[in-house]
Amino acid sequence: MEQKEIEYKLLGRSLVVCLPYEVDDHSCQNLKKDTDEIMKNNPINRIIFDFTKTGFMDSAGIGALLSRYRKMRAVGGETVIFGEDPRIRRILKLSGIYQIMRSI
Amino acid sequence: MNHIETEKEQKWEGMKLEFESHSYNEGFARVVVAAFMARMDPTVEEVDDVKTAISEAVTNAIIHGYQNGEGIVVIQAKRRERTIQVSIHDDGVGIKNITQAMEPLYSGLKGGERSGMGFSFMEAFMDEVNVESELGKGTTVTMTKHLGHTIYK
Repeated sequence: MEQKEIEYKLLGRSLVVCLPYEVDDHSCQNLKKDTDEIMKNNPINRIIFDFTKTGFMDSAGIGALLSRYRKMRAVGGETVIFGEDPRIRRILKLSGIYQIMRSI
Repeated sequence: MNHIETEKEQKWEGMKLEFESHSYNEGFARVVVAAFMARMDPTVEEVDDVKTAISEAVTNAIIHGYQNGEGIVVIQAKRRERTIQVSIHDDGVGIKNITQAMEPLYSGLKGGERSGMGFSFMEAFMDEVNVESELGKGTTVTMTKHLGHTIYK
């Protein structure tokens, strides 16, 4: 069964955001609210976007990543990308996001 | 015996899809167009390209055209040999300045949640993108892709 919704895991002061199979306008709708809530209650200094299960992404996903990047930068934290496959890497490259986020 | 082969020009084959303007239909729209393409024997990358472009145009129709309100999004697609043409139509608010809307990183919505890369993605993944819009009447985005032309690294 494909993962439909975003899942969150806390790993020390890192927040791992496990992205679903499709990262689009629909699946990203609660990302901002959810991460804001988690950041309010935990001393997060890093967001790790985990693309391990993702097979599709569009520019709405890029918008969501950028929004979280700005939020983390404002509190002096970092945002990193993990587990992206070649088709997701293509989208990320095209967006220029690797210039501000590193892939681990 | 001589066979004289006459080259028949193939006809366009088409389909039309209408659905309610809501984000849960974005995935549905992508899958339908991907299935329509399957008969053309595309590569995985070509299907991904078209799916991403459809997703961008449908998201625009929902969030900009209908401003997340009620409405019907219409997708018409046609295929002929190695060419697929897809148009996405809404009867929404329309675009005031198409040139500005298509600029990279421009977003009509404030708040910093949008990348402003929708049209750039459509242009990157399709061979032709044409936008027709009239204020108060709606918008039609027509995109064409020729299969077997893109070189994927």
